[in-house]
Amino acid sequence: MIRFILSKLLYLIPTFIGITIIAFSFVRILPGDPVLLMAGERGVTPERHAELSAQLGYDQPIVMQYFDFLGRLLQGDMGNSLVTKKPVLDEFLTLFPATVELGLCAIIIATVIGVTVGVFAAIKRGSWFDQISMTLALVGFSMPIFWWGLLLIIFFSGILGWTPVSGRISLLYYFPNVTGFMLIDSLLSGQKGAFASALSHLILPSLVLATIPLAVIARQTRSAMLEVMGEDYVRTARAKGMPQYRVIGIHALRNAMVPVVTTIGLQIGVLMAGAILTETIFSWPGIGKWMIDSISRRDYPVVQSGLLLIAALVMIVNLLVDLTYGLINPRIRVK
Amino acid sequence: MSETPNLAAPVKLSDAAIRRRMLAEFWFYFSQNRGAVVGLVVFVLLVLTAVFASVLAPHDPTTQYREALLMPPVWAEGGSAQFLLGTDAVGRDMLSRLIFGAQYSLFIGIVVVSVALVGGIIIGLLAGFFGGWIDNVIMRMMDVILAFPSLLLALVLVAVLGPGLTNAMIAIAIVYQPHFARLTRAAVMSEMKREYVTAARVAGAGNLRLMFKTILPNCLGPLIVQATLSFSSAVLDSAALGFLGMGAQPPAPEWGTMLAEAREFILRAWWVVTFPGLAILISVLAINLMGDGLRDALDPKLKRS
Repeated sequence: MIRFILSKLLYLIPTFIGITIIAFSFVRILPGDPVLLMAGERGVTPERHAELSAQLGYDQPIVMQYFDFLGRLLQGDMGNSLVTKKPVLDEFLTLFPATVELGLCAIIIATVIGVTVGVFAAIKRGSWFDQISMTLALVGFSMPIFWWGLLLIIFFSGILGWTPVSGRISLLYYFPNVTGFMLIDSLLSGQKGAFASALSHLILPSLVLATIPLAVIARQTRSAMLEVMGEDYVRTARAKGMPQYRVIGIHALRNAMVPVVTTIGLQIGVLMAGAILTETIFSWPGIGKWMIDSISRRDYPVVQSGLLLIAALVMIVNLLVDLTYGLINPRIRVK
Repeated sequence: MSETPNLAAPVKLSDAAIRRRMLAEFWFYFSQNRGAVVGLVVFVLLVLTAVFASVLAPHDPTTQYREALLMPPVWAEGGSAQFLLGTDAVGRDMLSRLIFGAQYSLFIGIVVVSVALVGGIIIGLLAGFFGGWIDNVIMRMMDVILAFPSLLLALVLVAVLGPGLTNAMIAIAIVYQPHFARLTRAAVMSEMKREYVTAARVAGAGNLRLMFKTILPNCLGPLIVQATLSFSSAVLDSAALGFLGMGAQPPAPEWGTMLAEAREFILRAWWVVTFPGLAILISVLAINLMGDGLRDALDPKLKRS
């Protein structure tokens, strides 16, 4: 198992270097002079320009600049935002819990509903439940989620007035930031109504973000279950006279879960892309909105480091998924 | 299928006849899937709408009727038969804009898929055919691109290249290309072991001929399925970029861009938000339904099971 983990880790190194090269060259291939770009519309004098170039290292050869960038990166220095002047990493860490909270809620909704629907659709193959749920899954899979979010806002916030339109919690509540997760912090604060407010802010964005993963998981669970239920050991279990729920729950579901777990893990990239859209629609103060705002404000250090951090994150989660997969299914390890 | 020839005697079929047979077989499996046929019909309607947009649209998509701002659809109170689906905030006819929007979506899908497909096939063929360090270098590069969430990478690429439709299409094509490269490589590697490839090599076929004439045609099945899936994702992602202000720029009647313009009116005028999104959903759904049917028809593992 240790060899398996090590080989996976080694495999990641070239990918990680590639990611840093892309994030690094991103600022370099921008049309125009980075110093002028940072100076903005005010412009700079030639002396100040030379001074800034030297200070930021732009007078060095490009390869040296890259190694300098890499060196500072490994020390956790990602530069400062041009707009807020704060270190990029600090900003990332402040906003990150909001995205994690949203993403976790979405993946929980998607997994619980998706697996349940998938299992029942497979058991009742060809029934009206199967047909309707799989049609809905295909609709969900094809959904432009930015539009879906707007529709939910029109219905639940506009017409019914049930949920707020934006933000993480009502401005009426204020409490210290302990975990960064609004649901937990609001409970810890003990303020009446704070938790309900946080929950009502969270529900629509998580539903929107869960839509595509939910559809994917439901379809994948159904086909994995159908495949497993045709296997000999399931037939044997049935022939032994085992009750249906045990055949499904113990023999079929467990084996069908192996590909489903991978599918769930692979949704992290989908979630990050979805978070950009969802957070924009619901003004959710997380990483996705931060990236979009930074792109439109031309805050390049943020865009550069944000890109790098998100890619590294996706890579690490994928590694964890691979490792879990190796744990569940020993056959993979040996290969 | 009724003209089955005499099976007893070996019949030499002409190439055209073989092709007809293959098409007939393909259609047989494709039409088994009811959803796929529905998807195909909707898709054909969409293509016709795009082609005949200027004939079908009752108004010019960019003309602003200042006396009819945010007019509701004809069936709602205050609607007018002049504007069947109502007008937007500057008085443009929604229906006409939606009809012209079909041109954008199909155009984007075709361009993105063609660029990604051609690029991916060439890269995948090189990696799979030559193997060794070429394969290693290429596939590590593909891994790097795949490490980024596709929409995020496309967004950043557009930010670098400058917002606009062309750049959005280039960015999405770059992001999709590794999927085709991987598929091609995997298919090429399994075909390379087959005897017909060795035979062709022994017969003196050069590398280029082996790659493009001998091997590639046998790898097309999964690529076609992936192309349909990418087509629908391209429509979705370009609409998302348009929605974020990074794709087609106003006043282009691109569906995502229309949604972005409509955002501030969501609580006042539901129609400016509902229809463009519905158009995106229907197109993407139709293409995905077709993709499912294509997979059923082209994947030999699923056949006759």
